[in-house]
Order: sequence, then C-alpha cells, then structure tokens
Amino acid sequence: METIVFSLLNGVIYGLLLFMLSSGLTLIFSMMGVLNFAHASFYMLGAYFAYTISEVSSFWLALVFAPILVGLVGAAVERWGLRTVHVNGHVAELLFTFGLAYLIDEVVKIIWGRNAVDYRVPELLDFPLFELFGAQYPAYRIFTLFVALAMLVGLWYILNRTRAGLIIQAALSHPHMVGHLGHNVPRIFMTVFGVGCALAGLAGVIGGNYLVTDPAMAVQMGPIVFVVVVVGGLGSLMGAFLAAMLLGLLQTFAVAIDANFADIFGWLGLSATSELGSISIASLAPMIPFLMLVLILMVRPRGLLGDREL
Amino acid sequence: MKLWKSVALAAAMGCVAMSAASAETLKIAYIDPLSGPFGPQGEVGLQEWTYAAEQMNAKGGINGQQVEVIGFDNKINPKESLVQFQKALDQGVRYITQGNGSSVASALIDAVEKHNKRNPGDEVLFLNYAAVDPAFTNDRCSFWHFRFDADADMKMNGVTDWIKAQEDIKKIYIIGQDYSFGKAVAAAAVKFITAKRPDIEIVGNELHPLGKVKDFTPYVQKIISSGADAVITGNWGADMVLLIKAAADAGYDKPILTYYAGSRGVAPAMGAGAVGQVKAIVEGNSNYAPVMTEAQYSYVDGYLASRPDMDFSYPRVQNAMNMLAKAAEKAGSVEPKDVAFAMEGMEIDGGYGKLTMRADNHQILQPLYMVTFSDDVKYDNDDTGLGWANGAADVIPAEATATETTCKMKRPS
Repeated sequence: METIVFSLLNGVIYGLLLFMLSSGLTLIFSMMGVLNFAHASFYMLGAYFAYTISEVSSFWLALVFAPILVGLVGAAVERWGLRTVHVNGHVAELLFTFGLAYLIDEVVKIIWGRNAVDYRVPELLDFPLFELFGAQYPAYRIFTLFVALAMLVGLWYILNRTRAGLIIQAALSHPHMVGHLGHNVPRIFMTVFGVGCALAGLAGVIGGNYLVTDPAMAVQMGPIVFVVVVVGGLGSLMGAFLAAMLLGLLQTFAVAIDANFADIFGWLGLSATSELGSISIASLAPMIPFLMLVLILMVRPRGLLGDREL
Repeated sequence: MKLWKSVALAAAMGCVAMSAASAETLKIAYIDPLSGPFGPQGEVGLQEWTYAAEQMNAKGGINGQQVEVIGFDNKINPKESLVQFQKALDQGVRYITQGNGSSVASALIDAVEKHNKRNPGDEVLFLNYAAVDPAFTNDRCSFWHFRFDADADMKMNGVTDWIKAQEDIKKIYIIGQDYSFGKAVAAAAVKFITAKRPDIEIVGNELHPLGKVKDFTPYVQKIISSGADAVITGNWGADMVLLIKAAADAGYDKPILTYYAGSRGVAPAMGAGAVGQVKAIVEGNSNYAPVMTEAQYSYVDGYLASRPDMDFSYPRVQNAMNMLAKAAEKAGSVEPKDVAFAMEGMEIDGGYGKLTMRADNHQILQPLYMVTFSDDVKYDNDDTGLGWANGAADVIPAEATATETTCKMKRPS
C-alpha cells in the first residue's frame, strides 16, 4: 500500500517535471521541424540562473526572472542563430542545435565550475509537509506539483482561448498556410522558441534544487525529453503530457517493485540464481524510456496522440 | 630556407637542452581522468600531487633531484591509459601514479609488469593512491605496485567495527552502484557483518545503475519501509550526492555509512541537514586536533592558500610522496628497483599517524578515521562551513586494519 501511494506521488511529480521540459520541445519540434538538441541545455541554464539569482536576492524572484532570462536567450538564439542557419535546411539546423548544446555546456562549466552548485530549496518550503507510513514528504515536492499544474493550465489557456494560441495551433498543424495568411511566421517562430526555452528554464528552476544542479544535468535529461516528445506524438501537447506521466509512473513503480525475473517467470522454470532470473525489475528502470521509444516507433510511429508521421 | 634551418636547429638544441635538464628531475606521470564526467575528481588528485612535489622541491627534492608531476588524461579508460603510459615512457618517466577506477589500475599493473620484464634496468614503479580493489594486494599482487590507500575490505572492516559497537542497530540496508566496485563493497559488507554481528539482519542489498538515477526518492522510501537502522553505501560522485539528498528530504535520520562522502561537491548537496548523520571512512582528518602537528598544519594551510577553491582531501598523496623520498634516501638512488626494495617494510611518520608499508603485499597500513559530518570544524568542505569531525574513539589503529593476504610476492633477483 505505502509503495503504491509513494510511487504514485513521486511518479506524478517526476512526470510533471518531464512534461514541463518537453512541452517546449514539442512546440518547437512540431512547429519548426527542428529537433532542438540544446533544449535540455536551456533547462540547465534555468537552474543555474535561478541559483545565481537566489544567491543575490531570493528564490521567488528567481522563479519569475530565471525563466524569462532563459526565454530571452532562447529568442536571441532563434533570431541570430537558427534563422540564419534555417536557409540551409533541417540538417544544418540540427547540427546547429547540437553544437549549441556543447557550447552551453562548456560556458556553464567556465562560469559556474565543473561541480555541483549549492542550489537549495527555499527556507519557506524546506519543511516536511506530512508524514506517511514513517517517511516524511517534503513540502517542496508538493510545491513543484502545483507549479507544474499551474503551468499546464496556463499553457492550455493560452493555446486554446487566446488569439495568439489560435495562430500557434494553426502553425503547428499547417505551418505553410499560416504564412500564406500573412502572419509574420519568423516572429511566431522566435516567440515559440523563446517561450519553449522559458518553459524548459522554469523546469530548471524547479528541478535544479529538486534534483541536483551540475554541468551534467543537461546530458542526463536530454535523451529522456526526446523520448517523451516522440512517444507523445508530433505536435500534440496532450500526447506529451500523457507520455511524460506514463514515463514518470512506470519508472518510479519499476524501482519500487521488489521482484526479479525469477519471481515473475518462475512458472517457466527460471531460477533466481540464473543470470536472467536474478535481474531485478528495479534495475530495468533506466531502460524503460528507451524501451518505450523503440516499441512506439515500431507499433505506432506517429506517437500516442500525434497526427503527423515522423 | 635559411629560416627553416635555423628553426630546426633551434628545435634540436631545445631537445638536447630539455633532455639534459630531465636528467636532473624525477618525473612522476599522473595518469588519471582530466576531462569528462570524472575530470573534477582527477583534477583534485593532480593538484595534490603537484603541491606535494612543490613542497618536496622546496626541501631540496628527492636525493637532490627536483620532482615534476606530469598529468596524462586517460579519460578513465583502461585502453587509453595504456596509450598514456606509453607516452609517459617516451618522456623518460620511471614513476607513475593513478587512483580513479580499479579497472584502470588493473590494466596499468599488467602493463608495468610486462614493461619491467622486457626492459631490465629500465623499470617503472606504480604508486597507487586510490584504486581500492583488494585483489591488487592479494592474488594479483606485483612487486612494482605499492598502494597508499586502504583497500575496500580494510575500509569495510573499519565501518563494520563501528557498527559492531552500536547495540541499537538491528537492520542494515546496503545500496551501491552496479559495477565491480559496488559489488565488492556489498560483498565485503555482508561478509563482515555476518561475522561480527550475526544478529543483524540485512534487509536490503540493492545495486542501482551507475550514474543514471536522477531521483533516489523511490530507493530511499524502500529503505525507510524496510525499517533499516543504518545504510551502507560505496557510492561516489553524483550517485552519492543524490542518494543523500533524497534521504534528507524523506526525513531519514539514521546513520549513513559511506566511503566517499568526503569528496568534492558532496558537502553542498548534503547541507546542514546531514550533520551528525553521515559518516565516512578516511585516512586522515585535519580537523582532529590531537593528531595535528605544526608541520601538518602548515602543509594543509599552504595547500589551501595556493589553491583557494580546493579542499585538502588526499593525505595519501602526501604520504606517497614522503615515502618515496625516504625510500630513495635509504636506497641512495632513484632507481625504481632500489627504491621498491627500500620501501618494503618501511615505516615513516605520516601527517596523521605512523605509516608502515607491508613487505608481503605492498599495502600501506595507516590509522583510519571514522569521521562524522559536522558544523563545528576548522577546515570545511567546498566553503559550506560544514566538514568532518571525529573523536578519539573513531580512530582505528593501523595494526587493526591489517587483513590477511594471499599474495605470493615475486621479487626480481
């Protein structure tokens, strides 16, 4: 029972964090066709900006300004980088973001050093909110949950209830038509890229002290974010949401299950001492995202809710 | 054309001049990761070796020779290490040192053995300052290898000695990284606990993927629901940081016994919440005043003054340098073979207690310190104001750390 409750809570929070990260990538990917390899680097920038801002002022200012700063950096990258590269086609763009990811990595190492920085949970939220089955549950995790939900609702509102959202929606499914209708497509691209990066930055602000802020965080998070986008389906925020939750829950549940292959396939004669039988379910957890990616691409190449083929 | 000739001539002259100079210097090749994810760790070691050499040179060097430490980046890869080893040989290096990763140390021991067999009179000596696989001083022992850190079994012996005295510990959870080192730690823990405290129940023995887990909360909740009174882990790097962070967040307040919580970057992640709870086993503690001498204070302070963003964390590097110097002095030579014979059974005073190099397996014996994370220390870690403290009862005498060895040392004639 306690395993289920905790895994559910942790899974949902991890899933929401993943969604925060991948929502921006989905927007960018589906609109511009650019698989932004540097997306997780913006997540890292968000965490480092938040660390620096909260050092000189407070976490709450960081919560507001760090994502904005990251968004501005993202917009600048689109305006003066991607847009110039765009004429040379998608491969050039891909390589550009690939290089950018390394560039941001190195810059972060130069400015903040190669080691983890001491980015802490704000004191106001640094207390156990409740106790369940003998384990405390930190308030900050629940705060993360609410920030993620607020972002989810906000994003939904902007996309579905505002004029700007309407244009973005249109550009998601029919990018060329929107251009023909006279909208300033480059500006939409820049805005979406900026906002997408800002969302990644927000995830960084929240995730940086929830997990750890070090120069390796982008490399660790990057592949998983791609899995979410591909599994969720191109151009579908709802799909990304479902995929993120699914991933978060599957991964945490896998860790929590105390069983190995022999327990499950024992009826086939698999013994617990054999090579295969001694593999525990928990040790499979890091493999799950990529297993999902492979399976989805084989069975349903357009993703869970995607409406376009890859 | 003329210009090229003179350039070539100058270069040739330079080479001659350099090789002439190198006859006067004792070169130590530091073969460890200096880039990539383990770069920060490797950098710490290089800085401590360089400082040890600076100090030695200030005192007149080893047998009058100046010491030079040259860094070779092996990217923590055994194959790359052999390439770097060859490069070091080409530069006339006769002493090598390495520490990060027992897989690398294993490859280097083989390489040194082979080289020395094929090149009598031109032998190389391997000073191992941190690779702790017990095999290197047991079945796989080599005359050309000396280890200055306690091996994984000796450390676990110390950890379990502490557990033995804790009456209220009834259940223990072991968690580690899923590779040879993590498995060795788990095996040692099980072995010593069942021998010393058969009443203790091992409620969990888990290996998690190396460096891939981002949120240890599910693992910690497993630990809590198992009712464990203490956790043993050999984790290092990000795995150490994240595990401890998750444990603190979940309100786990029982002891966490570690090997490497003292390494760089871990203190900031632990924060004040881990004070009194996290323990580590190390070979020296500058915060333990009774053992500190004037000379040791000035050694540590000198290091911190010349490297303001570092902590002094490897007494074993200092020990290795001092023992090398003493052995060279005793042998009256800097020939690795003579030095190796002189080092066998050698006793010197280290910064944190007496050091003895066992002759039978080339494993150093030194007092080990079971230190506890504290907010009341002279020397803190990573400028956090937090560091490591211990009392008199936490010092394990050198003799008590000795383990039996299966080594059958083959000495050159």
